[in-house]
Amino acid sequence: MLYREVGEFKTSYSEDSQTFPIRFDKYRYFFVLIVGLLFVPFVINDYWAGAVLLPFLIYSIAAIGLNILTGYCGQVSLGTGGFMAVGAYASYKLMTAFPDLNILFIIIISGFVTAIVGTLFGLPSLRIKGFYLAVATLAAQFFLIWLFNKVGWFYNYSASGMITSPSRSLGTFLITGPDATPAAQYLFCFLFVFLLAWVARNLTRGKIGRSWMAIRDMDIAAEIIGVNPLVAKLSAFAISSFYVGVAGALFFSVYLGAVEVTEAFSIQKSFIVLFMVIIGGLGSIFGSFAGAAFMVLLPVALKNLLVLQFGWPVDIAAHLEFIIIGGLIVFFLIVEPHGLAQLWNLLKQKLRLWPFPY
Amino acid sequence: MTYRKMILSAIAGMFLVSPVFAELVFPSLSYRTGPYGPNGIPFADGYEDYFTLVNQRDGGIGGEKVRVVKCETAYNTEKGVECYESTKGEGALLYQPLSTGITYQLIPKASADNIPVLSSGYGRTSAKNGKIFKWIFNFPGTYWDAASIATKHAMEMSGGSLDGKKIALVYHNSGYGKEPIRTLEELSKKHKFELMLLPVDHPGQEQKSQWLQIRRERPDYIFMWGWGVMNSVAIQEAANIRFPMENFIGVWWSGSENDVIPAGDAAHGYKSLAMHAPGDDFPVYDDMRKFVIDKGLGAGDGSNVGTVLYSRGMYAAILAVEGAKSAQAIHGVSKITPTMMRDGLEALEITEEKLASVGLAGFAPTFKASCENHGGVGAAAIQQWDAKKGTWSFITDYMTSDKSVIQPLIDADSAQFAAENNIKERCN
Repeated sequence: MLYREVGEFKTSYSEDSQTFPIRFDKYRYFFVLIVGLLFVPFVINDYWAGAVLLPFLIYSIAAIGLNILTGYCGQVSLGTGGFMAVGAYASYKLMTAFPDLNILFIIIISGFVTAIVGTLFGLPSLRIKGFYLAVATLAAQFFLIWLFNKVGWFYNYSASGMITSPSRSLGTFLITGPDATPAAQYLFCFLFVFLLAWVARNLTRGKIGRSWMAIRDMDIAAEIIGVNPLVAKLSAFAISSFYVGVAGALFFSVYLGAVEVTEAFSIQKSFIVLFMVIIGGLGSIFGSFAGAAFMVLLPVALKNLLVLQFGWPVDIAAHLEFIIIGGLIVFFLIVEPHGLAQLWNLLKQKLRLWPFPY
Repeated sequence: MTYRKMILSAIAGMFLVSPVFAELVFPSLSYRTGPYGPNGIPFADGYEDYFTLVNQRDGGIGGEKVRVVKCETAYNTEKGVECYESTKGEGALLYQPLSTGITYQLIPKASADNIPVLSSGYGRTSAKNGKIFKWIFNFPGTYWDAASIATKHAMEMSGGSLDGKKIALVYHNSGYGKEPIRTLEELSKKHKFELMLLPVDHPGQEQKSQWLQIRRERPDYIFMWGWGVMNSVAIQEAANIRFPMENFIGVWWSGSENDVIPAGDAAHGYKSLAMHAPGDDFPVYDDMRKFVIDKGLGAGDGSNVGTVLYSRGMYAAILAVEGAKSAQAIHGVSKITPTMMRDGLEALEITEEKLASVGLAGFAPTFKASCENHGGVGAAAIQQWDAKKGTWSFITDYMTSDKSVIQPLIDADSAQFAAENNIKERCN
């Protein structure tokens, strides 16, 4: 009824290829933006920022980054945790070396540093693919973690090897450090998520995104029609790593405030981000958000339901959480192997015809 | 049938829990799941049971009932942050996360929120410097004290000198395991021994290569900074290469029953540091059984009562309760705030009489906290495992650490933290 394309006449190609071709979708998108920008910052508190929204937004960036590489360009990567660590340590070194540098620039430069590192580790992708490439990126994961553990320069020779984020601000608003307000931290991350998702969406439907997808679907055919695999693959690695690096920098400086590399950026992190991408939907920006929401928000919601509502012992709740989340992953992947994004698309298809399907 | 029972009991549980109105809130950031669960469970049981005992036997602290808010961290820093944010709004008086990683997270956050953190024998060593770390406490001892005391014991064993000896440090490759390295490096310069560093990655099940290296290099002593399954695997590996167990010394987190029992008789003679006495030969355990366990109020199944880590958890709770009492005495009110709690901890003095009054005469060393010193005296004893009897027993008295080495390191590390975070020294 509401969700339909009847009466919407597209008179140009650009109108026809919009991200949100249906008016209702576009309004929904603006509604989310307005709520996120003008409503949430006024009601947010420490718990909602620190435990729910910040991790969701930051993991979304990481998932979009990995989706560019794995979903759009077809290069499997298990090095996400390592690249997030590069972003985190780059931001730490920048923050402590240049105390007056604006936090916005620190995060962006950390992204570029990670892009360079990611491109270096992307070089093997020119010769190997599939599972073999996954193993090469796994080596990146272990090497980077080992490096940040081994070389004291990266953590300024602190006794425990932990890095702690000092207070840095954007204008007059503190963004990192314990005195930052949750609203400022939230808006800062929201800004990054919005801009990066917007750029990613537009990259993936432009020339560069098409060349990625061509490589993903069949690299030999892509080469024959004139796609340069070197440029396509390395640009996917660079841009993906930029996103992952920004996520890592925000993860350390804004969200956690102190990290320890083996614990925060272990292989576990690579898997979690990969699961987000797979459950959300490969090759979909919306899927990255859906996957991040599934992996970040659901456990917190379940915990609150079981412990605070039902009053169950915390350890039983924690075990049940694993069972339920594991079960849901299996359920969703059986119902729709292409992830939550595809489920969402099917729902939209049905809604277009509702209530008179044929 | 059982399903319906479960739901009914859950609903009943909701109603039973909610009417308990209590005012002193102590969150228990425990981990009963995950790879470190086997060590987290007895600690959490001891911590939570002692508060139950105080409520049941004494009617709370100074007449105010204690409410323990539980939250599961699984030794994971992200979940630790979630737990901190979700519990601090309930009026939490003190955090004791039992994880060096989570402690590092909480140091800036809790300092900004004005809630004290007590990391007894773990966390950031330089938090001992109360001039910089106003809200953080780590008495009765720190990792650097432990490193110094272990070295002292090794020196006694080799007749007063470590010149030309080789000491290997087998450590958990994390913030926790890396803490003692700096002190040991200084000590190796001072006492002219050679230091070998052998990191073991989380969770610590895979240590073959480290022990191969030990077999090849033949160190005279091994120190261990391990946690969870890493401890028992290391002790088993040491037994496999026939390393003399009396030369193998663990930190106080590597000295529980869980760590030695899996290795069986082979663990006989293994040593560890201890910040309190082992065994359940103290009157408090009788009270614990009478008022808590036998009434079915225990946090666990009661099987852990008297084990080393249970006592450790109980000791942490005792320090919290004594801190609260001293805060009540200073401010003259029974319903204290986190700020008053901090004052209480800073003025906390653990004396023999105080220990005896809670049924633990001679259980732990005495100390007195102050504005400058948030870390106590840094005393620990050496305990040894008797595999035949299945008991830990003290083989030394409480020893104190070499402050001439540790104090300059603490000053340097806390000064760096102060510079990075623009903190001015207090207590002047």
